[in-house]
Amino acid sequence: MGFKEKCFKKSLWLFHLSAGSCNNCDIEILDCLTPKYDVERFGMKLVGSVRHADVLLVTGIVTHKTKPRVLEVYQQATKPIVVVAIGACPCTGGIFTSGYNFAGPLDKVIPVDLYIPGCPPKPEAMLAGIVKLLEKI
Amino acid sequence: MGIEIFYFLIFPGFLFSVIIGGLLSWVDRKITARVQFRQGPPFFQPLYDVVKLFSKETIIPANGSVLTFLIFPVIALFGASISAVYILLPLFGIQSGFTGDIIVIIYLLNIPSLSYIIASLASGNPLASVGASREVKLILSYELPFILVLISIITRAGMTINFWEIIAFQQANGAFIGSISGVIAFITILMCIQAKLGLIPFDMAEGEGEICDGIAIEFSGTILALIKITKYIMLFILPAFVVGLFFAGFNFSGIGIVWSILKLFLIILLITLIRNTNPRVRIKQAMRFFWIWMNLFAIISIVLANFGL
Repeated sequence: MGFKEKCFKKSLWLFHLSAGSCNNCDIEILDCLTPKYDVERFGMKLVGSVRHADVLLVTGIVTHKTKPRVLEVYQQATKPIVVVAIGACPCTGGIFTSGYNFAGPLDKVIPVDLYIPGCPPKPEAMLAGIVKLLEKI
Repeated sequence: MGIEIFYFLIFPGFLFSVIIGGLLSWVDRKITARVQFRQGPPFFQPLYDVVKLFSKETIIPANGSVLTFLIFPVIALFGASISAVYILLPLFGIQSGFTGDIIVIIYLLNIPSLSYIIASLASGNPLASVGASREVKLILSYELPFILVLISIITRAGMTINFWEIIAFQQANGAFIGSISGVIAFITILMCIQAKLGLIPFDMAEGEGEICDGIAIEFSGTILALIKITKYIMLFILPAFVVGLFFAGFNFSGIGIVWSILKLFLIILLITLIRNTNPRVRIKQAMRFFWIWMNLFAIISIVLANFGL
């Protein structure tokens, strides 16, 4: 493992994209930044612009309305970027699988590196998922 | 010729101030974390951030001016390095500077902010132009009190406009912070460097919530790394400038080294605590704050300094 990869692992900047979620997963993501979980220990922080991001956190089912937006945000991001599907909705569709506005799970739209199922997943589950991903890359 | 290049690139200039500035930015983030009862980032976090940004892709906006967008972050870095040389050479007692270097420093400290504005306007993004217009208004607000404070210092130091002589005057007659005019001027310049560094409460040019990092929205990869490095340098040299103006500069004999470091950390601590205990203000509130209250403070300080208080 080179020095560059180590630096990449040690400073992941998160960008948070809601593709039509019920806001439950978004609140759980923000929980990770609170003093109890404190992801800044690992050098992670939320950034405001997708141009600065290393990790794209996608929540919610991808609807027909948001599908082009999700694609555009993914194209605007600087590579290499890690895409994380958070919650049951972007992983499989969850209870909305047969919904009229469901445009397919997230990996039909953009390549996904990590799935964290749950409705919503606990902050511990997200941290465990990120750790497993960091061991892999 | 060789020694000037050494000054610019290695010791008081680029490399030294980047390293110390990165260290201070870690101190800033660690204090922030401790204030919020968190653990905080590891020690080498600034290094990891910068190396990661250099290894990422750089995207150039399609409908922007490419050359302007690429060249002005470099100019910002040069401006910050040159002002680091002019501030730190007299402060470390390497060279005594020249008459009028305070005025040169005032101009050079403006180059980074102006370069951000030009580079972000060249990106052609509407949110970036909103951020740039806010930054212009912020410069218009804080620049006048900053210069008035320097006039107060110059009056106290016996009408000398040489940074080295101001420090020498304080080392002979006591630091300016020990007088009434000095305290008032110190409060004013603390607010001015808070705005110059673009920290909360005066970070409306890059409000993450409302305008998606505003002025920095289109910067990515190497460009963003250059801007980060410039911010590290500014985080070191502006508090060092204040130490020179108010706390009699640095002293490198015996126990004086500890005092010098403590003076620098005191300014960083004050900046960080202001940043952590205040909300972001609107641009109108910031302009009113600087134009009415800070100018008033600075003028009172000048009047008191004329009476020798």
